[in-house]
Amino acid sequence: MSIWLGVIVAALVVWALKNLGYLIPQRLVQGALITRMAGLTTVALLASLVVAQTLQNDSALVIDARVPAVVVAGALLAMKAPFWVVLVSAGVVAAGLRFFGVLA
Amino acid sequence: MAPDLRRARAQGLQVALAVSLYGVSFGALAVALGFSLGQTMVLSLVMFSGASQFAFVGVVATGGLAAVPAAIATAGLLGARNSLYSLTMSPIIGRGFFRRALAAHLTVDESTAVSTAQETRRAAQHGFWATALWLYLGWNVSTLVGALAGDALGDVKTWGLDAVAAAAFLALLWPRLVSREPVAVAVGAAAVTAVLIPFVPAGVPVLCAAGVGIATAMVRVVRSRRAAAKPLEGEQ
Repeated sequence: MSIWLGVIVAALVVWALKNLGYLIPQRLVQGALITRMAGLTTVALLASLVVAQTLQNDSALVIDARVPAVVVAGALLAMKAPFWVVLVSAGVVAAGLRFFGVLA
Repeated sequence: MAPDLRRARAQGLQVALAVSLYGVSFGALAVALGFSLGQTMVLSLVMFSGASQFAFVGVVATGGLAAVPAAIATAGLLGARNSLYSLTMSPIIGRGFFRRALAAHLTVDESTAVSTAQETRRAAQHGFWATALWLYLGWNVSTLVGALAGDALGDVKTWGLDAVAAAAFLALLWPRLVSREPVAVAVGAAAVTAVLIPFVPAGVPVLCAAGVGIATAMVRVVRSRRAAAKPLEGEQ
């Protein structure tokens, strides 16, 4: 599958999911299970993506400049810093550590 | 205009502006990871759901062409919560094919959150459309700016953009960690991912982690139903 086809299919899947809720009657799907499932699945996916994006290098787990960058991001989030501050700080930490040759 | 409607619109504009800045990092990251300007813009214009967009480019970047099916599945699973938002928004948006089609495309975390925070139905409508339209404009303009800048940046790692992507997922996760249940699920999903990464193809650990969330929800709901059913049985 080409990247372009993947981009288009993924975009249409997400678009279709948004339309779904406007097409089906509310009473059919309202329930504790579905609400809870959607919320917890989102949490699980995001937590998983944090780990993969921080530690994964091909099929190995590595500790490099991304780890301290994410720790700093977590600390800033705990201090309720705005999103852009969190993202820029993470980038500066990782880029700085690499520039000075402290971590790969 | 009535003060509550004006307030709803102002809230929408503020939220949209703050979140739009995110689009810069998405655009820069996608292009730096090897996506073309066109592909990056299709993701922002058509997919238009931040977490799904970051996930799609992130998973493809870790596994290449072979990871594309897993990337589609991850983007779709993350987009599934938008279905719930659209269920919530459906009665507020009202009738009309084009109005509903446009609303569907723009139903995301932010537009739903601002809308449902309002006290009257009219204010909820104003809040939704203000957030949705400003965000669509801001998100796509900032994606374009980021993508053009990202082209000039070159290697992702030199500028720490790989760490920015990780921080972006953490920032999306953070506001959801409001009680013990989501925290436990997040820890479980993180552990499953770390254990699986060396053994399965890229993108698959993320999908397995989704199973942690689904399984937890099922167990909790079944348990609470049983707990709720017991006193009733006792009464009869």
